Amino acid sequence: MAKIIVITSGKGGVGKTTTAASISMGLAQRGHRTVVIDFDVGLRNLDLIMGCERRVVYDFVHVINGEANLSQALIRDKRCDALYVLPASQTRDKEALTKEGVGKVLETLSQTYDYIVCDSPAGIEHGANMAMYYADDAIVVTNPEVSSVRDSDRMLGILASKSRRAENNEEPIREYLLLTRYVPERVQRGEMLSVEDVQEILSLELLGVIPESQAVLNASNSGIPVILDAESDAGQAYRDVVARYLGEDVPHRFLDTRKKGFLSRLLGS
Amino acid sequence: MAVPPESDKKDFFPALELKAAAFSLPVLRLLNQDLASIAEQLDAKIRQAPGFFRHAPVVIDVSSLSEEDPVAFPPLLRLLRDHNLIPVGIRGGTPAQNRAAQGVKLAVLNESIQTVRANAAEPKGEESPAPRFKIVTRPVRSGQRIYAPGGDLSVIAPVSSGAEIMADGNIHVYGPLRGRALAGMQGDLNARIFCQNLQADLVSVAGRYRVSENIPAELKGHAVQVFLEQESIRIERL
Ligand SMILES: Nc1ncnc2c1ncn2[C@@H]1O[C@H](COP(=O)(O)OP(=O)(O)OP(=O)(O)O)[C@@H](O)[C@H]1O
Ligand SMILES: [Mg+2]
Repeated sequence: MAKIIVITSGKGGVGKTTTAASISMGLAQRGHRTVVIDFDVGLRNLDLIMGCERRVVYDFVHVINGEANLSQALIRDKRCDALYVLPASQTRDKEALTKEGVGKVLETLSQTYDYIVCDSPAGIEHGANMAMYYADDAIVVTNPEVSSVRDSDRMLGILASKSRRAENNEEPIREYLLLTRYVPERVQRGEMLSVEDVQEILSLELLGVIPESQAVLNASNSGIPVILDAESDAGQAYRDVVARYLGEDVPHRFLDTRKKGFLSRLLGS
Repeated sequence: MAVPPESDKKDFFPALELKAAAFSLPVLRLLNQDLASIAEQLDAKIRQAPGFFRHAPVVIDVSSLSEEDPVAFPPLLRLLRDHNLIPVGIRGGTPAQNRAAQGVKLAVLNESIQTVRANAAEPKGEESPAPRFKIVTRPVRSGQRIYAPGGDLSVIAPVSSGAEIMADGNIHVYGPLRGRALAGMQGDLNARIFCQNLQADLVSVAGRYRVSENIPAELKGHAVQVFLEQESIRIERL
């Protein structure tokens, strides 16, 4: 049975798709059979970030409607054999995702894969609800600012009350906090909430902190999940996140302002 | 999965389950049919606890109306819906009033409705009366509402800004209280709110309330109790 992970946030543009791409790649690189599903019907961009946009024939909605089968729609990643992408449709609307349809697809995938990563659309409407409904684990992506934190809190309430696990009175979804686009300098200047602030408000287990990084933009422009950029801070931070998610004890990094260079230390500035 | 051998295949995937559940609903007892004064007084009530009444299902009690008078349901329902209430049924009606209610798709409720068991096969163990208090151990998030009818509510976790916790009795919060807390929902003037760390959006006892803006800064972040003194809200450090 696969573990179903939803990457969700409430607020838009906080880094869900970036995270879904890197975490699914990270899990697959460690040998776990992984499929990442784009639930952002109508606004697909997971395929762009995964670099497989030119190989999309069939999509998630085709499969739900029985117009294609899963093996036709799944795209194997060229860099990692254990990773598959199920793209979203650009031309339908979110209502095409029905609870039964999504449930059936997830159930079938569950038999073959170890992890199913669901990239949620923004908002708390139908599409986001479908992405989280069947989840076992949720990674709540939050930026260090008040409106993002508030939306994450709202999403956590929905996870706790509207998911399948909640409706069936099962053990609740395991929730993790992932703080992204973090800039320690701005935290220090009081322009951004600190990790502690966010954790204090949301009281959630911290899975990791991803720094604001030019590497993310470069990677997504070239269709590479940033986790594959092993030199970059963001890539390393996502690696740590995957390790932590798999239960390894990895210390948090990228929380402090950059160490001053030799020269500026010497000059005392 | 243990499935009795004789069961038919279609039973494996039931499309529905019928269960009995007891709900505690606000009852609106009409003392006359003067819509203007009903509207005015309803406004006043709702203003005291807007969150509680928003989209709340209500039962209309017509037992105090004259038995001969037909109830003017359509304008009454419109009025309630305009106030964001969801009228679900009536009680205490005469047979004629009940028929009229059914005509406008209202359920006819009677006191014993909760004892009607929808599913005879339900195990007997669930008969025990609902507890008079409620304990919540997981964070109450923005957008969530928790109500403890008929008793106290204890929350052993944070209550987020934008969440709403309500009780007919007292409210206890062991963790930061950032949302709205409403004690004494049925009007109990002796109800109190106790919390470890007050940062609430709003506190209310028996309909009297205080919004965050009017809570003195020196009380914020502290353990306090909230209670009524001569019918007005008082907040005191513990
Ligand atoms: N750590 C980061 N550093 C710099 N830029 C980032 C970082 N994470 C995400 N971004 C940028 O933020 C933008 C939004 O990211 P992304 O598409 O992953 O967000 P999303 O939550 O999936 O958005 P949506 O809600 O629209 O689906 C992109 O331009 C992305 O490159
Ligand atoms: Mg996205």
